[in-house]
Amino acid sequence: MNLDSKVPSGPLEEKWSNYLRDIKLVSPNNKRKHKIIVVGTGLAGASAAASLAELGYNVETFCIQDSARRAHSIAAQGGINAAKNYQNDGDSVWRLFYDTIKGGDYRSREANVYRLAENSNNIIDQAVAQGVPFGREYGGLLDNRSFGGAQVSRTFYSRGQTGQQLLLGAYQAMMRMVDAGKIKDNPRHEMLDLVVVDGKARGIITRNLIDGTINRFEADAVVLCTGGYGNVFYLSTNAKNSNVTAAWRCHKRGAAFANPCFVQIHPTCIPVSGDYQSKLTLMSESLRNDGRVWVPRKKGDDRHPNDIPEEERFYYLEERYPSFGNLVPRDVASRNAKMVTDDGLGVGDTGLAVYLDFRDAIKRDGEDAIRARYGNLFDMYQNITDENPYKQPMKIFPAVHYTMGGLWVDYNLMSNIPGLFVAGEANFSDHGANRLGASALMQGLSDGYFIIPYTIGNYIADADLEEVSTEHKSFGEAASASQKQLDKLLSVKGDKTVIEFHRELGKIMWDSVGISRSKEGLENAIEKIRALREEFWQNVRVPGEANYYNKYLEFAARVADFFELAELMAIDALDRDESCGCHLRDEFQTEEGEALRNDEEYSFVSAWEYLGVNGKLETKLHKEDLEFEFVELKQRSYK
Amino acid sequence: MTINLKIWRQKNTADKGGFQEYKLNDVNEHMSFLEMLDVLNEHLIKEGKEPVEFDYDCREGICGSCNMVINGRAHGPKRLTAACQLHMRNYNDGDTIVIEPPRAAAFPVIKDLVVDRSAFDRIIGAGGYVSVRTGSAPEANLIPVEQETANTAFDYATCIGCGACVAACPNSSASLFTAAKLSHLNRLPQGKPERKKRTIAMVEQMEKEGFGDCSNYAECEAVCPVGISIASIAEMRKSYVKAVF
Repeated sequence: MNLDSKVPSGPLEEKWSNYLRDIKLVSPNNKRKHKIIVVGTGLAGASAAASLAELGYNVETFCIQDSARRAHSIAAQGGINAAKNYQNDGDSVWRLFYDTIKGGDYRSREANVYRLAENSNNIIDQAVAQGVPFGREYGGLLDNRSFGGAQVSRTFYSRGQTGQQLLLGAYQAMMRMVDAGKIKDNPRHEMLDLVVVDGKARGIITRNLIDGTINRFEADAVVLCTGGYGNVFYLSTNAKNSNVTAAWRCHKRGAAFANPCFVQIHPTCIPVSGDYQSKLTLMSESLRNDGRVWVPRKKGDDRHPNDIPEEERFYYLEERYPSFGNLVPRDVASRNAKMVTDDGLGVGDTGLAVYLDFRDAIKRDGEDAIRARYGNLFDMYQNITDENPYKQPMKIFPAVHYTMGGLWVDYNLMSNIPGLFVAGEANFSDHGANRLGASALMQGLSDGYFIIPYTIGNYIADADLEEVSTEHKSFGEAASASQKQLDKLLSVKGDKTVIEFHRELGKIMWDSVGISRSKEGLENAIEKIRALREEFWQNVRVPGEANYYNKYLEFAARVADFFELAELMAIDALDRDESCGCHLRDEFQTEEGEALRNDEEYSFVSAWEYLGVNGKLETKLHKEDLEFEFVELKQRSYK
Repeated sequence: MTINLKIWRQKNTADKGGFQEYKLNDVNEHMSFLEMLDVLNEHLIKEGKEPVEFDYDCREGICGSCNMVINGRAHGPKRLTAACQLHMRNYNDGDTIVIEPPRAAAFPVIKDLVVDRSAFDRIIGAGGYVSVRTGSAPEANLIPVEQETANTAFDYATCIGCGACVAACPNSSASLFTAAKLSHLNRLPQGKPERKKRTIAMVEQMEKEGFGDCSNYAECEAVCPVGISIASIAEMRKSYVKAVF
């Protein structure tokens, strides 16, 4: 397996501009002869599709929702970072790059992250020009707020709906090109397989979710922008339809899957309340600007939180991390919440919650000020929990949020299968082992607007692309494999529903491949995943037929993929004998309970090659060594 | 608690469809409305029957997928609340709940409660954007926007495109959806140059899709889960008249 990162040589600041100077171009007359498929229409997909179509390529887009506008990027709340230094507080491209590398615990590629920081300012320009209504100061200029893991104020925001507004901007740009006839848009389609001809990605197999037909589409390049795989845990902050299928099927066709065990658990979500629960809801990280996190000092203290006096409250983040306090990065905050609940100090009916308390902020600034800052979030909390957070502390707990792992890509965002590009959360490249707040939107848009349009041109100009029709045998083989899998699922006719299996799988994953992992727990989890997967194929009950709208058949196929991915995640977590970012192995901690990295042995990207599933997942590890030329690796400290 | 359900079942667009009744005994008051439907579907699957199809995705009230008409009201009884954010504690033991798809000629039913809302995408494609090529944008702070203008534009930009406005309107008008986008873009300096062209194109596309006219019932505003104001419809009319004459 060839894992050449293709990072350009030269000084960090000049890599991307030198690359752009040297890339090959496709002339305007020739662009219209090329077709590019974009799968997924969130921030990365919609922005890539719009930009490629503006350049003159013929683009065909696919998404599983009924409209491109509903991709889960829409739910991102807090904001998007950029190194504009509008606050005059010392921000720069270098500082944004450095914070992101450090925040990711030194497990990402320097050159990619630096380019991300460089592009960040262009994203804000682009979004503002599109009419994205960012928060503004009285003078009419753009406003910023602060976020976890950074000591400058660089986050641009549209109240608590930044993802929505950025996505609508990209979606509108995309629909403009649909209207112009340069994009053919296919909503309610699911990608089921990648078609590889002569070693190059040349098309996809989809299922039309309305009539169930299996369809073939050819292209000169395929761009995968299908988001993350957090739903493997069943309960997560992901939209219910977010899944791994497209990426996993590419993996089965030869694309390496990188760092699958790096999963971010967000510290401030509404806790699990019952067995019927279908998903978890995030409360923006910005709440920790004013909310104080605590638990009772005494085990089993079941008094109403308002009756617990100050000296009997354990403000554990403020005590342990005096310089960052409640604004420590997400992995640190989540881990500490787990530690206090493991110690029996958790609150609520399940004991799996901590308090996020606005009492002191309300006393200091008044209820109106807090309402102005967080009103919509407080309303959402009250609506879900039936408790008034102005009168008593919120209960929060960590929940699966974002996956830093994904398909391996080089500096061009191309996977190890030529012609298969991967952007946004679906790739592994920019966040290392932990993602800082307000950087996911930045990556999706940087990839889609400002990287893919150039790197695809470079590929197409250079690649030897013979004409391929959908009658080619590779299309036929992939289409019939997809059909067979669906038929197989429908034929089992067992006793247990897809949701029951998914919930069980999720519990195994949360218990053993969640906030912290141990050798024993992971080995145990691998056995359990294999056994449950066997049972799934013997005993799942999928209702209905394949030739009409059938949501539970879609689910069944996705859960089948989650079962295989789950095993890979556990294998990857077990292989890494260190703790870094969101990957905490109980065996590797400092005396103070902080994550203990092992840079000597584990400063690499784990890129897994798929070999087959035969009762167990057969897989092979390849390593891309990470070289740090420009930053010095340090123990992260937020004390 | 026990809940009686009357749900619209329709195999496909061509099928006539009709109501079916179900009784659900294991409803917990903390469940969301959609979780209650999930539970119903788990029972139906176990009984060898076909589950009820409905659209949903984020379940956080922001993606706009989950619009359904509950006891005659789009998204159900709570003001400013999408169906996915509605909780069963708003109902009593023994209640009967009627659930239907959002009905409009421009929203053909695909199956059960799932409808085709792609007409909305075509209205946006007709002009619901600012024409700016990737990479050609000026420095962001070169376009100052008065804070009040930015805030009002934001209020209209929060439309989630769920189609509740269409379902609630006796004329099945998409005026609130279209007007919200116009009120967002037309009032910003970035959107001014294309204002006339945009207004005419979007209004005419809306008519082409088969949505009815606005007759000032204001039902759309009453059911909108994000509180889009019908003041935008007045703005749209004014802009249209100015653009055409």
